Amino acid sequence: MIPAAQTDTRIAADESRRWWSRRFEAWIQARTPRVPSPWVVARGRIYILPTRYGYAYAALLLVMLLGAMNYSNSMAFATTFLLTGLGLVGMHQTHANLINLRIAAAGAEPAFAGGRAQFRLRLDNPTARNRYSLHFSWRGDGENTGVDVPAQGNAAAALELPAARRGWLPAPRLTLATRFPLGLFRAWSWINLDQQALVYPQPAPPGRKPPQTAGSGGRLAHNRGGDEEFAGLRDYRPGDHLGSIHWKSLPKIPRPQVKQFSETQAQSLWLDWDELGGLDVEQRLAQLTRWVLEAEAAGVAYGLRLPDRHIPPAGGVAQRHRCLEALALFGI
Amino acid sequence: MLLAVLAVVLLPHATHLPAWISALAGCALLWRAGAVLRGWPLPGTTVRATLAVIGLAGVYASFGRISGQTAGVALLVVMTALKLTELRGIRDGLVLVLLMYFMLITHFLFSQEPWAAAFLLGCATLITAVAIRLQHPREGLPARASLRLATVMIAQALPLMLVMFLLFPRIPGPLWGLPSDAGGAIAGLADSMAPGDIERVVRSGAVAFRVSFDGTVPPPALRYWRGPVFATYDGHRWTPGLGVTGAAPALTEAGPAYEYQITLEPSHQRWLFALDLPDTENLPAGARLGADATLRSDHALDQRRLYRLRSYPRYRLQPQITPAQRNAFLQLPRATDPRARKLAEGWRAQNPDDAGVIAAALRYFRRNGFRYTLTPPPLDRQPIDDFLFRTHAGFCEHYAGSFTFLMRAAGIPARVVTGYLGGARNPVGGYLVVRASDAHAWSEVWLAGSGWLRVDPTAAVSPARIEDGIDAALPDAAGLSDYLDAGRNSAWLYRLQARWDWLNAQWNRWVLAYGPELQQRVMAWLGLAGWGGLILMLTAAVGLLLAALGLALLYGARPRRADDPLLNLWQRALRRLARLGLRPAPGEGPRDFLARAAAERPELERPLQRLGAAYLGARYLGTAGIDELQRALTLITARRGWPRGRRTAA
Repeated sequence: MIPAAQTDTRIAADESRRWWSRRFEAWIQARTPRVPSPWVVARGRIYILPTRYGYAYAALLLVMLLGAMNYSNSMAFATTFLLTGLGLVGMHQTHANLINLRIAAAGAEPAFAGGRAQFRLRLDNPTARNRYSLHFSWRGDGENTGVDVPAQGNAAAALELPAARRGWLPAPRLTLATRFPLGLFRAWSWINLDQQALVYPQPAPPGRKPPQTAGSGGRLAHNRGGDEEFAGLRDYRPGDHLGSIHWKSLPKIPRPQVKQFSETQAQSLWLDWDELGGLDVEQRLAQLTRWVLEAEAAGVAYGLRLPDRHIPPAGGVAQRHRCLEALALFGI
Repeated sequence: MLLAVLAVVLLPHATHLPAWISALAGCALLWRAGAVLRGWPLPGTTVRATLAVIGLAGVYASFGRISGQTAGVALLVVMTALKLTELRGIRDGLVLVLLMYFMLITHFLFSQEPWAAAFLLGCATLITAVAIRLQHPREGLPARASLRLATVMIAQALPLMLVMFLLFPRIPGPLWGLPSDAGGAIAGLADSMAPGDIERVVRSGAVAFRVSFDGTVPPPALRYWRGPVFATYDGHRWTPGLGVTGAAPALTEAGPAYEYQITLEPSHQRWLFALDLPDTENLPAGARLGADATLRSDHALDQRRLYRLRSYPRYRLQPQITPAQRNAFLQLPRATDPRARKLAEGWRAQNPDDAGVIAAALRYFRRNGFRYTLTPPPLDRQPIDDFLFRTHAGFCEHYAGSFTFLMRAAGIPARVVTGYLGGARNPVGGYLVVRASDAHAWSEVWLAGSGWLRVDPTAAVSPARIEDGIDAALPDAAGLSDYLDAGRNSAWLYRLQARWDWLNAQWNRWVLAYGPELQQRVMAWLGLAGWGGLILMLTAAVGLLLAALGLALLYGARPRRADDPLLNLWQRALRRLARLGLRPAPGEGPRDFLARAAAERPELERPLQRLGAAYLGARYLGTAGIDELQRALTLITARRGWPRGRRTAA
């Protein structure tokens, strides 16, 4: 009976703790609505509490005060009070280390599901005060190493977040914290910055052969056997292979030109959703992701055919992103 | 940096700790420095544990214990030094910072001179700089930047310290009792007197107390500062005896009164020295006048004590004594010093009245070649006989002791009074400095009808001692001159010493003696009653200061335009152009914007071109100055009117 009662109380305590933490979380959520970037850390949004080291310091001060009282030693009193004043000054300094900083979302590095997405942040310091040792963290995640922002300057920071599923990964609430200068207090602000990262599907394990060698009906169209025919120049578009830029024309024409060959079109590879019968949606997406990566690595032009979308064949980083984005957001 | 700061913080302890501890700390510092600079290996766990045990044993061997003031500090220093050998992460650094802060306070157990305040501020700044560096990621902040921030923070903490120092409620006395070695070793008068005791006191040059008189300063011959009184003699040593206990004696004052304030250095005894004799009323709080008319504090004087007194140099003390008291003041040990007794009995036989006996005794001292010396020859087992009939050389306690002995032998109640005689006037502060070298002993005799009467037999031998002080009285005081502050040194040095002593006196009086009593006065001055008001005031003052600091920091951290005159001028130009309807598109640089603007407003082409050339020239090419931009700006203003006119006309 007694163990049962104990278990009961433990469960009750657990539940009450969970209830409190839910209430606390709800309170924080209410206080930190999703805000657009950039966001300025205002005075009313900074919280400050002593650190463990701060409590140790306070204990030291208490011991010193008792010693000073016992010895009635004026200089000991002076020391104790100087250090007390220093601690209080440190509290204000820690608070001031955070105030009026501007935080902007500076894009996010896409990641594959199961990997880590990297969110980039930009810290602007429009004030005349140097800021030191600023730490960013997600809720419950470890802090990054500190960043300094000089007066009237800016700094970049990056923070990783595990990406579980494909699609858009919204950035959770961000904590900007600092213990500078004395480490006695930790001041922090919660910022729920409107920021998201794209998560590509997790690539299927390599092994399944790409369509053209799988003998699936010659999706490799108009293969004319390799003699490349120069077809003219066109304006550069982001994502074009650097090798295809017509460097010779660069001094004469202000915009970079890209050489076009008729074979570029001819050698294109279609990665087709319908090739992958017998697999479920996520497996098909995973396999297509793998093929996109392999095609890009092989340097061939490739197109993507999804039930709701066709991406014409091309090569380069932009094409890779276009295809992976389509895969990531398929059905979302 | 940490090592250098630690060395500075530890350094003053080297003067009062055993040499081996200083050596150990120095070795630990060097080892650590070697580890940092040259990559020397740090000791392993076993070595560290062994060193810790050796250190503990060493402290125990040196002091016979590991608690108490000096031993505790020694242990702290040893352990801090050993902590250096296992300094690894930031965490150890933080611990060391706390240790160093604590180390600061231990210095003031030994010394609280004015320079200690400078030491405190300097060291606190250095330690704070170390703490700031530790809070910076990876490698620390540059030493200069952290030092600057630390200085600013200490400066900001100073007003808080002052307010708390003044207003934090002070309670008297130790909370749990002091270790027996609290405070430095101080030479002072003891609670018994044997030949040689006062000489030892005199050889210390320490300041005993300082006196500032409200009005006139008494002449040197009246500057007898009354201390412990001895009524019992055992053949070698005078002790307080029975005369001390009991109520204060009847005292009638006469003549002029002197009002004065004494700042007494800590003596670890209970005597509050007073000009012979203090008024029985208006005694300072926590003090009582004993049956021997000596003022005593209720507690041992472990810290500086400030008190006010009024004294009457002419008085009538205890005109009536009981037979028991009379016997106590006639007590003599059995069968010692027979020749002295015989001498006294002879005087008694010749002189029926007591005054005659006293005069005879003083005449005896004056006529028999007695010398006043700080280095008397040693005495044998009948010290009074030996002094009176053989050596004829002694210091004040020899004269006072033997005179009292003679009086008792002649049937006159008598006792020995010790204290100080004299005091040098400080020309800067106008107060008297009484030093340990002014220690003195004299006698009191009780005469029927007049009560206790001060008789100073030293005066019979060396009148200069009373009038001109001990320095003038001792021809053989060459070794003593260092302790004495008479004008024997060159004049400027003397003035410098006087100034320093004055500074010390002010420091002692206002800072070090600041305790419950002075705080009461501050409270009265502020119109506060009781601790409630004090705490309220403290909270309010600290709160106000912190709010001011917070506002100042907020102001310092407000967003503001870059401190860049060129940019400011350019932004002014943009505002003017905006009034003309010309605004840069997002992402449009100055050159593109001005080109577009000139195309839109051909009539403004020339001033716009000039503006562009001036701004770009000043900003990037260095071909134009800021004045050129200023002129280009006025050109825009001058043309302001007519484009609008043209537009309306069109």
